[in-house]
Amino acid sequence: MKYSNPCGFKLGKWQDEINVRDFIQTNYTPYEGDATFLAGATKRTSALMEKLNALLKQEQKNGGVLDIDTETVSSLTTYPAGYLDKENELIVGIQTAKPLCRGVNPFGGKRMAQQACEAYGYKLSDKILNEFQYRTTHNEGVFRAYTDEMRAARHAHIITGLPDAYGRGRIIGDYRRVALYGIDALIEAKKEDKAEIGRGNMLADEIRQTEELYQQITFLGFMKDMAKMYGVDISAPAQNALEAVQWTYFAYLAGIKEQNGAATSLGRVSTFLDIYFERDIANGTLTEEAAQEIMDQFVMKLRMARHLRTPEYNEVFGGDPMWITESIGGIGLDGRTLVTKSSYRILNTLYTLGSAPEPNLTILWSKKLPEPFKKFCAKVSADTDSIQYENDDIMREDYGDDYGIACCVSAMKIGKQMQFFGARCNLPKLLLLAINGGHDVKYNEQIGPKMSVLDTEKLDYNEVMARVQIYRAWLAKLYVNTMNTIHYMHDKYAYEKSQMALHDTDVQRFMAFGIAGLSVITDSLSAIKYADVKPVKNEDGYVVDFVTTGEFPTYGNDDDRADEIAVEMAHGMITDLRKTPTYRDAVHTLSVLTITSNVMYGKNTDATPDGRKAGEPFAPGANPMHNREKNGALASLNSVAKLNYEDCRDGISNTFSITPSTLGADEDARVTNLVSILDGYFAQKAHHINVNVLNRETLMDAYENPEKYPNLTVRVSGYAVHFNKLSREHQREVISRTFHEKL
Amino acid sequence: MDELAIKGKIHSFETLGTLDGPGVRFIVFMQGCPLRCGCCHNPDTWRFDGGEEYTAQAVFEKARRFKPYFGAFGGITLSGGEALMQPKFGAQLFKMCKANGITTCLDTSGCAINDDVLELLNHTDTVLLDIKYTTEQSYKQYTGGSLAATLDFLRVLDEKGIDTWLRQVIITGKNDDDENLSRLAGIAKTYKCVKKTQLLAFRKMCTEKYEKLHIEFPFGNIDETSPEKLDELQKKLDLL
Repeated sequence: MKYSNPCGFKLGKWQDEINVRDFIQTNYTPYEGDATFLAGATKRTSALMEKLNALLKQEQKNGGVLDIDTETVSSLTTYPAGYLDKENELIVGIQTAKPLCRGVNPFGGKRMAQQACEAYGYKLSDKILNEFQYRTTHNEGVFRAYTDEMRAARHAHIITGLPDAYGRGRIIGDYRRVALYGIDALIEAKKEDKAEIGRGNMLADEIRQTEELYQQITFLGFMKDMAKMYGVDISAPAQNALEAVQWTYFAYLAGIKEQNGAATSLGRVSTFLDIYFERDIANGTLTEEAAQEIMDQFVMKLRMARHLRTPEYNEVFGGDPMWITESIGGIGLDGRTLVTKSSYRILNTLYTLGSAPEPNLTILWSKKLPEPFKKFCAKVSADTDSIQYENDDIMREDYGDDYGIACCVSAMKIGKQMQFFGARCNLPKLLLLAINGGHDVKYNEQIGPKMSVLDTEKLDYNEVMARVQIYRAWLAKLYVNTMNTIHYMHDKYAYEKSQMALHDTDVQRFMAFGIAGLSVITDSLSAIKYADVKPVKNEDGYVVDFVTTGEFPTYGNDDDRADEIAVEMAHGMITDLRKTPTYRDAVHTLSVLTITSNVMYGKNTDATPDGRKAGEPFAPGANPMHNREKNGALASLNSVAKLNYEDCRDGISNTFSITPSTLGADEDARVTNLVSILDGYFAQKAHHINVNVLNRETLMDAYENPEKYPNLTVRVSGYAVHFNKLSREHQREVISRTFHEKL
Repeated sequence: MDELAIKGKIHSFETLGTLDGPGVRFIVFMQGCPLRCGCCHNPDTWRFDGGEEYTAQAVFEKARRFKPYFGAFGGITLSGGEALMQPKFGAQLFKMCKANGITTCLDTSGCAINDDVLELLNHTDTVLLDIKYTTEQSYKQYTGGSLAATLDFLRVLDEKGIDTWLRQVIITGKNDDDENLSRLAGIAKTYKCVKKTQLLAFRKMCTEKYEKLHIEFPFGNIDETSPEKLDELQKKLDLL
């Protein structure tokens, strides 16, 4: 028995090794009941929330950023303790000295930090600039190694959104370890791992690993120091629910103080924390109201997390997201549900604190989830538009029962797997490049291997497909090599010390590639196959437009003729990507997810054979193109469900908007019907769905009168945003999407 | 005639129907209707010479794609147009659905009874029966059909013991009076097969369809029924 057990929990393997899953499995209490036990917000919570709301309002008024500390480089102990309202805060700790004030993090890229300050009327201090004069940032490292071809592909937006100037994110530390074991035990374990490596041959891999362990150990120490600044000692295990939440939160906070990774997700903490809550309630030291209060204050802190970004960044990731994704529910490998009372408590924060996009509450849906929980989730969706659903029944096969979602749709075993995030490539542009022999008309550049322009009166499907395959193979290789360069440099210059300290030392890595515009290339190829597509050339002989005549099947109508093209396109892409080896032997994965970059990708892509005009947005993620669905919502879901999760192991995002009256005549019907829709969609092995239950008119009104809708939350693409925080362009795109509506 | 070869003329499909019968339903809108209701929101389904032909087998194959969504209550709904005008097709389709565990629902005005319709009813779980007006005169005037036929149909449903939901679209100045409500309640009470009575709001989102078809929208000058008004009437009705 290596690890102490001050709370007297049931014993298990978790005492002999770092094994949070085993602790959960031996100690948690599944809950199959309904929501009637839940308590509301306390006066203290409401008063605190009021203070936070005032700051949020001021932030919005200031153009999206309340304040920036330009004098300090963000890290674990560089700011003094900060508070929202010290007397009333149960859970403490904020990123900088003042609430909502943003820190600067130049480790990913100096220029990006500078530009971000300037965008909001601030100036990065000379002090920081001088300090970084003698440091190489991740961004500088990458650009030293980028080839000309990589730069051209990036410039022409065939591969974009790459994490080469900011933290890559998508890494979930097992923040629960700090609560269960305390920092000291975690440091000891890492020291043992380090010593063990030293007993073998020391070559490049081992030396790198040893240095990383050194950094991990150092930052575990900083974590302790950071907590001490708030008067909390986290060297030993937490001894009650309040401490367990606080310890877990400190671990998360360390990660976001150190790194500005695009998505910094929370993991799967609610059922873990439930063990402490239920213990305290059982021994009479906690009431339901007090338990909810702790959960509320925890969530309130998460809602205060922020990073400083540039306007260009916001184009790709609109709405100031952090992706503090918390995975809720699911079923264990032994068949018991992982739903606990705390699964309800964390969802209840959408009522006690009001709806909000963060944390990104994600339901791991299984046909075996308890019915009352399914109904509660559906009700929360209909009431708040703030949650998303992912298919536990397919993910459990690959990831077991202690995985979490990073960002929107990326599954990983918590503390055992991580990913190298890789944004996405632009498939419609790939098609245009293939037709134009590697020439990009929009940027008037030869960016791919040179071939002749397809010189036909009418595009021939087989000829075009043969070309697409040639250029896809070229793009795949370039994409893998680009990612290898980025992640080599990120490890070298901006390694995630706090978060990786909360992983097993021997971690499995994924390299997550992505595709944008799947529905556009699918419909375009369908047009070429089933209708007549005449290319229109410019004076230089390049194809710049298309005249499409005749009918063709489109993706989103449960029509195999179109849907099979989409399935094949995803399969072909991952197959090609797998042909090029990855940095640190990462496993190649693929996502069909755009965040909000579907607008930017569309803007940078010329007209396509499906009838989409130059510059028009793509549909987001795996969604069918707007307003091409002819048979209603379920046909559209069936099309998306055909995409194969095994080809797209990094996730397949689908955003579904439906008007309340289309979903059902009254609340009861809406809840029951939404449960049926989710059950049906996921039974067909679909992966993900965002659900919005609202009227287009509401969004149009919010577009014109933002002040009337301070908290309007909508799901966009694997995450939720405050509608008001989206750019006007992104708002228009969300409004133009298909709303399933029955006339 | 080979049963599998029976074809139906179909106007369109809706894969997510939540308002026409219990649960989530796949709705088949049949082409062609003998009535000309002033409040009709699907004038494009009136003509018998339009639509696209499908075999019952082909429609069944489509519906089956959505079975995972039907849950405990959902299934297929045959609507229109008037489904009773193509009863052989409907019976064949419903037979296949029933054999594959898909519940069947018929949305109709109940304007016809014949052997083929009786056969269709043998494979029908639930009927949504539209009692458009509760006096013979209004019925005739605003639909061109007859209330008596609908009541005959309801009698048959009662004899066969088929779960029936009565429905009525409430139109200001035409049937929003208390007398209509009490007559409707009276009909509901007379027949044991009636499980509930739903009032629906008259809506005008179909105005564009009329314009496209160059048909005058008979009730185009009447205001939509507000949700509040509908709620009030439904509550009154439920107390009767």
